[in-house]
Amino acid sequence: MTANLGFTPDASGRRVVIDPITRIEGHLRIELNVDSQNVIRNAVSVGTMWRGLEVILKDRDPRDAWAFVQRICGVCTGTHALASVRAVEDALGIDIPENANLIRNIMHLTLYVQDHLVHFYHLHALDWVDVVSALNADPAATSALAQSISAWPKSSPGYFKETRDRLAKFVGSGQLGPFRNGYWGHPAYKLPPEANLMAVAHYLEALEFQREIVKIHTVLAGKNPHPHWLVGGVPSAINVHNSGAVGALNLERLNMVSEIARKTRDFITQVYVPDLLAIASFYKDWTKWGGGISSLNLMSYGEFPTRANDQSNANLGMPRGAIIGGDLSKIEQVDLKDPSHIQEFVSHSWYKYPDESKGLHPWDGITECDFNPGPNAKITPEKLTQVDEQAKYSYIKAPRFKGQPMEVGPLARLVIGYASGREDIKTLVDGALTKLGLPLTSLFSTLGRTAARGLEAQWAADRLVASVDQLFDNIRNGDINTCSTEKWEPSSWPKTAKGAGFCEAPRGALGHWVTIKDTRIDNYQCVVPTTWNASPRDPSGGIGAYEAALMGLPVVDPSKPLEVLRVIHSFDPCLACATHLYGEDGGSLAEIVVR
Amino acid sequence: MTDSLLSKRVLTTAEAMMSRGISRRDFMGFCSMTAIMLGLGPDGVGQVAQAMETKPRLPVLWLHGLECTCCSESFIRSSHPQASDVILSMISLDYDDTLMAAAGDQAEAIVDEIIRDYKGNYILAVEGNVPLADNGWNCFVGGRPFKHRLQETARHAKAVIAWGTCASFGCVQAARPNPTQSTPISKLVEHVPVINVPGCPPIAEVMTGVLSYILTFDRLPELDRQRRPKMFYGQRIHDKCYRRAHFDAGQFVESWDDDGARLGYCLYKMGCRGPTTYNACSTIGWNDGVSFPIKSGHGCIGCSEEGFWDRGPFYERLPDMRQFGIEANADTVGKVTALGLGAAIAVHTGVSVARKVLGSKPENGDEKDNQE
Repeated sequence: MTANLGFTPDASGRRVVIDPITRIEGHLRIELNVDSQNVIRNAVSVGTMWRGLEVILKDRDPRDAWAFVQRICGVCTGTHALASVRAVEDALGIDIPENANLIRNIMHLTLYVQDHLVHFYHLHALDWVDVVSALNADPAATSALAQSISAWPKSSPGYFKETRDRLAKFVGSGQLGPFRNGYWGHPAYKLPPEANLMAVAHYLEALEFQREIVKIHTVLAGKNPHPHWLVGGVPSAINVHNSGAVGALNLERLNMVSEIARKTRDFITQVYVPDLLAIASFYKDWTKWGGGISSLNLMSYGEFPTRANDQSNANLGMPRGAIIGGDLSKIEQVDLKDPSHIQEFVSHSWYKYPDESKGLHPWDGITECDFNPGPNAKITPEKLTQVDEQAKYSYIKAPRFKGQPMEVGPLARLVIGYASGREDIKTLVDGALTKLGLPLTSLFSTLGRTAARGLEAQWAADRLVASVDQLFDNIRNGDINTCSTEKWEPSSWPKTAKGAGFCEAPRGALGHWVTIKDTRIDNYQCVVPTTWNASPRDPSGGIGAYEAALMGLPVVDPSKPLEVLRVIHSFDPCLACATHLYGEDGGSLAEIVVR
Repeated sequence: MTDSLLSKRVLTTAEAMMSRGISRRDFMGFCSMTAIMLGLGPDGVGQVAQAMETKPRLPVLWLHGLECTCCSESFIRSSHPQASDVILSMISLDYDDTLMAAAGDQAEAIVDEIIRDYKGNYILAVEGNVPLADNGWNCFVGGRPFKHRLQETARHAKAVIAWGTCASFGCVQAARPNPTQSTPISKLVEHVPVINVPGCPPIAEVMTGVLSYILTFDRLPELDRQRRPKMFYGQRIHDKCYRRAHFDAGQFVESWDDDGARLGYCLYKMGCRGPTTYNACSTIGWNDGVSFPIKSGHGCIGCSEEGFWDRGPFYERLPDMRQFGIEANADTVGKVTALGLGAAIAVHTGVSVARKVLGSKPENGDEKDNQE
C-alpha cells in the first residue's frame, strides 16, 4: 500500500470552493476539483482560524488549565477540561475518589447524548430532510409513519397537522431565517413528505429537549456550556443525611439527575434512534459514498473507566486501540506516551518546523506560525480565492499514528469495540444492521458514520442511567468523597513532572500533554479529534479523513454542494478544536506574504 | 417556491407565534414572562404584547469570529423565551453559520441580501472577536479576513450585539500574550451602538432577554460604562449570593470536600470571584435556574469580567477583601467568629452603617454613563 492509502488527488478538473461549511463548530473551507462528470477527483480541507491557546497556557497554574482549554470548544464542552484534569493528575500522581470518577462519567455521557442529538437534528438533518417538502405531507399518514416506528406519545395526526400549519405560516411569512437559501427541492433529497414532516417536528422537539439534558451538568458542575471541573476530583460535595445538605449535592439534586437521565434515555430510544433508522432506510445508497479511510484506519483512546484510577483497557466502557489497513482481526495498542505512536507534521500546515520531513511527538512539539499561502495560491489582501495544496494550506496540523492518517469518532469507537469482541457494542451494531438489512462493511461510509453516532447515543444513554444508579449505590454504601486533596498544594509537587490525559470526545480521540516545571505549566499540547479527521496532507502524500472521504463522490450540481455537506457533516466537524496553536515558546508571528 | 413566498407580507411576531399554534392566552403569558424578565411595571405586559403584535420579525446576522461557539450553545438553552420561539417567532435569524441550512456561496449571498434589503434595520450579533495579527488572516470566512466582514456588516446595522466575553472584552485568546492580537468588537466598530453581553458564555435568558428588550422597546437597554445592559450586569454575584450569609458569618470552605463544602459554606477562600464579578448568575441562575457554579460547589471564576483570565490563579483568593472593616479580612473575621458570632455581626453592621453615612458606591459598573 502506498503512503496515500490508494487516494491519488487529481487537480486537473474544475475547481469548486465551499466556504464557509456551515452547521459545524468553527470555520472550515473545502476546495474540490470535479471532472467532466462532476465526480470529485481532488479534495482539500482548510482550517481557517487559529487562536493560540497553548501559548497562552505557558507559566499558568496547572490547576487552572482545565478552564482555559475548555474554551477551545463550547460545543463539546467539558471534553478538553476532562482531558486536562486527567493530564495534570497523571503528571502529579493524583488518584481521584470513586464518586469523582462516576460524576465525571455522568457528565461526559450527558455530553455524548446531548451533542450527538443536536448534531443529528440541528447540524446534519437538513442534509437529508427537505423542509419545504414537509408542507405537502398528510398529517394522518405522518402520524401512521411515526407510530409504526416508535411508541413516542406525541405522534397524533393533530400534532403533525399543527407542525405543518406552523411551518406553512413560517414559510409564508417570507422570512425564512435559518432555512433561507437552503437546497430545497434538490434531487438528492429522497424522503417522502411525511418523513420530512416527522423530521421537522422532531427538529423542533429536540431543540427544546436538548436543554433539559444538560441540566445534569448544571446540577453537578454549576452551568452549561462550560461546567466547572477540578483537579483531584469534582467540585460538588455530597451531603445526603445531615443539616446543611441543602448547600450540597443532596438527594433532591441527585433525584433530578436521575430523572433527567431516564427522560433522556426515553427520548433517544423513542425519537432519535427510530428517526435515524427510518431516514437511513431511504438513503441506503449512501453506504457507498464517503467512506474514505474508514475501512482502513481507525483509532480510539478508550473512555469511561468503570473504576477510578484504572486506565487498563478491560476497565474502559469503550475500548482503546487502532485498526490499520482494515485488519479487524488485529487491534493495535495505542500509547499516548510512546514517541513513535503519535506525531504531528506541518509540511502542509501554516506552521514551521526546522525539518518538516519529520513529525514530532506532542511532548517535543515546536511551533512557529507561518501563514504563507504558497506560490500557487490565489490571494489578495482582501480575499483568498484558492489555496495551494502543494504548499501549506491549513491552520490544522497533520497528526499521524505510526505514520498513518487515522479516522476517529463514533464509527471508530464502535468498530474497535466490535472488533474487540465487546458484546454490548456487537448487539447494538448487529441489531441496527439487521433492521436495515445491511452488512457490517456498509458502516464504512457517510451513512455508517451517521448511524454509528446515533447508536452510540443509545449506548451512552443506557450507560448514563446505569452510572447514575451506580452513584446512588456508592453513596448508599457510605462513600461520599468527591475530591482528593493531598496533592492540591503546589508545595507537594515535584520540581518537574509531565503527564498525558486521554479522552474520547464525542468527535473522537482527544489527547492533552502537559509538562510542569516549578509548579507552573512549561509546555501544553492538545491533539484533537478534528485535527485527525480534517488533517491536511503529510510529507509522504498521505491525505486526511475528510479529503479521502470526498474522493470519488459524484455531485449533481457542484454549485449546490449538498452531497459534500453530507459527507463532511457525517464527521461532525469541530474546527475551533482543530485549529489552535501547538507550541513550546509561542515563537514570533511570521509576516504575511501576499502574492 | 421560496422565491415567490419572499414577496409576501411579513408576519408580525405575534402572528408568527399564533400561527405556530400558540394560543392568545399563551401569547399573553409569554408577554407577561418577558415583561417580568425585563423588570417592567404593571404596564409592561401591554407594552410587550403591542410590540410583538405590530412589528415584523427583526433580521439578525449572527457572525462568528475567533470563538468556541459556547455562546450559540448557551443561546439555544434559553427556556423563557424558548430558543425555538426566538428563532421562529421573534427574530429572523437569517445568517448564523452554526444553524443555517445554506453553505458556501448561498450562505454568503444572504449577508449581501440583508444589507441591501434591511439597511439600518437589522441587528448584527457577533460571537467571538477579531484577530488583527497577520493582517487579519488568523480568521477568515468566505475567503475573507473576518475584520473586513465585521466592518462591512456593522456599518449598516441598527446595532451590534457583542455576545460573550470574547466579543465584549477579548476573553481567552486575548489572554497574555494574546498571540493573535484578538480585539473586542467595540474597539473596531464606529458610529453604530455596540452592546456587550459578557460571560463565557452569557446566561441563555440574559441573551434572549436583551433581544426581547430591543424588540419590545425598539431601543437598546440602558448600558453601563462597559456597555453592558444594567438590568443584568448591575450587581455583583456576591451581592445576591445565597451563600453570602456564610461569608458574613466567617464560615468558609477551607479545603475541597471538607465539612464546610458539605455544608455549603462560602467559597471565598477557594478563590471565588463572586465579590468582583458583575453578572446575574446568583439571581437568574443557569439552565432554567437549576444552579450556578457556586451552588454546585466551585467558586466563580469571573468569566464575565474584562481580563479575568489574567487575574489568576483561579484558586488564589482575592487579595485583601476587606469587606468587614478597615482592619479585618476573612481570616480575622474567622477568628472573631470563634470568639462569638455577635462580634462579627457587629463589625459587619458597623461597616454597613459607615457606608451609608459616607454614601460610598460599589466599585464599578454602576456608573451613569449611558452609551445611547
